[in-house]
Amino acid sequence: MKIFDYVRPTNIPEAIAAASEPGSVYLAAGTNLLDLMKDGIVRPDRLVDITHLPGLGHIEHMPDGSLRIGALVRNADLAHDPAFAQSYPAIAEALLSGASPQLRNAATVGGNLLQRTRCAYFYDTASACNKRRPGAGCDARHGANRLHAVLGWSEACIATHPSDFCVPLVALDAVTEIEGKTGRREVRVEDLHRLPGDTPALETLLEPGDLIVAIRLPAGATAFSAHARYLKVRDRTSYAFAVVSTAAALDIESGNIRQARIALGGVAPKPWRARAAEATLIGSPADEPAFRRAAEVALADARPSGDNDFKIELAKRIVARTLALAAVGTPERLPAFPASPFSSAPGVHHAA
Amino acid sequence: MNFSTSFIINGERRDIELTDPRVTLLDLLRERLNLTGTKKGCDRGQCGACTVLVDGRRVNSCMALALSHDGADIVTIEGVSRGTELHPVQAAFIAHDGFQCGFCTPGQIMSAIGLIQEGQACDDPERVREGMSGNLCRCGAYIGVTEAVLAAQKHVEDGKRRNAA
Repeated sequence: MKIFDYVRPTNIPEAIAAASEPGSVYLAAGTNLLDLMKDGIVRPDRLVDITHLPGLGHIEHMPDGSLRIGALVRNADLAHDPAFAQSYPAIAEALLSGASPQLRNAATVGGNLLQRTRCAYFYDTASACNKRRPGAGCDARHGANRLHAVLGWSEACIATHPSDFCVPLVALDAVTEIEGKTGRREVRVEDLHRLPGDTPALETLLEPGDLIVAIRLPAGATAFSAHARYLKVRDRTSYAFAVVSTAAALDIESGNIRQARIALGGVAPKPWRARAAEATLIGSPADEPAFRRAAEVALADARPSGDNDFKIELAKRIVARTLALAAVGTPERLPAFPASPFSSAPGVHHAA
Repeated sequence: MNFSTSFIINGERRDIELTDPRVTLLDLLRERLNLTGTKKGCDRGQCGACTVLVDGRRVNSCMALALSHDGADIVTIEGVSRGTELHPVQAAFIAHDGFQCGFCTPGQIMSAIGLIQEGQACDDPERVREGMSGNLCRCGAYIGVTEAVLAAQKHVEDGKRRNAA
């Protein structure tokens, strides 16, 4: 690991000033950053440790019905907060399907949004990677790429965004609160991450010094709490990144769908909202033909970036199945293996 | 540049001068304090051999920068027994053959202690397996690990009931 300076600011303006200097990066739990630094993939000159900043570790219910989650709230604490899990069950399920209990105890929600891709070529400094070194090329493009993107990718980069948490956040219109050199602003989680285009090294809208201080869920997000699920296909039952995942949330009245939300993980360079698919469900009965139609629309623009055309069919089936699970209803208690396709629910077929 | 830090480690206050900011909590424990019960397996947060309790929560000490945890209360495998009396989780791992070579065992035991405190698994073997999924065992002693955690969990629950009665 390259040597670095370590600073521990005591308030947000100090942190922003320190992190605005070239070569500086924020350190929260470090569960992704230290990993990247150990292998020389990220080589900062200075770490700005924000874990001792006051006021970023609370979950607040706001007067307008929205929920404000401080950026330093730990993944496990959010997922196990009973009121949170009841109101936003798909988010709790997504959080508990990610990483391991030890990592969830450490990792922060702000850091989760900014975790880097798990593309093996990004992690291997002997490989060409346009994200790590702009203009170097992309060894994944013609490499071992069964896990790479089928939506939103470019010739310059076919890596996927690895977050589970971001998938239901995007589905539920979550917003990030960002403090920066010019004050506070808000960016929807859906807009936070960029598509790679010709500049895959530019991953988010954040400017130097920008600090995500909170994530906010709008009041309307609780309309889905009775019918919200997250489903995640992994190469192992647990403790693995998504091959394909889906968050589905329905607002159902007398068997008909009033509102629908669908987002996918593991298939694109950013958490992928499927708005056109949602639109097909409005006013429709909550039944399997409707879910299959929506799934076709969600993947209509998908194309393989390598040995991964299976992900398109897999994603269609997972979208349909997550919608079916959501229609059955949010379980009273999360299954033993959260988000696992091997957990059964009455009325849902395993083979779509 | 030197950094003055202070930790509570296994109940004892330790003041430590760090000359290098790169030191992880794992390396601090093993190399500076000679607490080598905490193991370095992958050093990448994947295997769980380095699991310790930080302020009562199980975490991977290899993925924690020591400086960032200045002031924390840390419990390692060396701090769980009372003299020669084993911690109930340690005793359960022996009783249920929860290991073979033993390298992952300190991490398994610290993780199990954390899991039992979290109260999420209770008597459900599936939830125990999921709750222990952050600890890999190359010998494949998973059946014994699950049985040990369930037995230790029951021991703790029975103890609580006895105290309440």
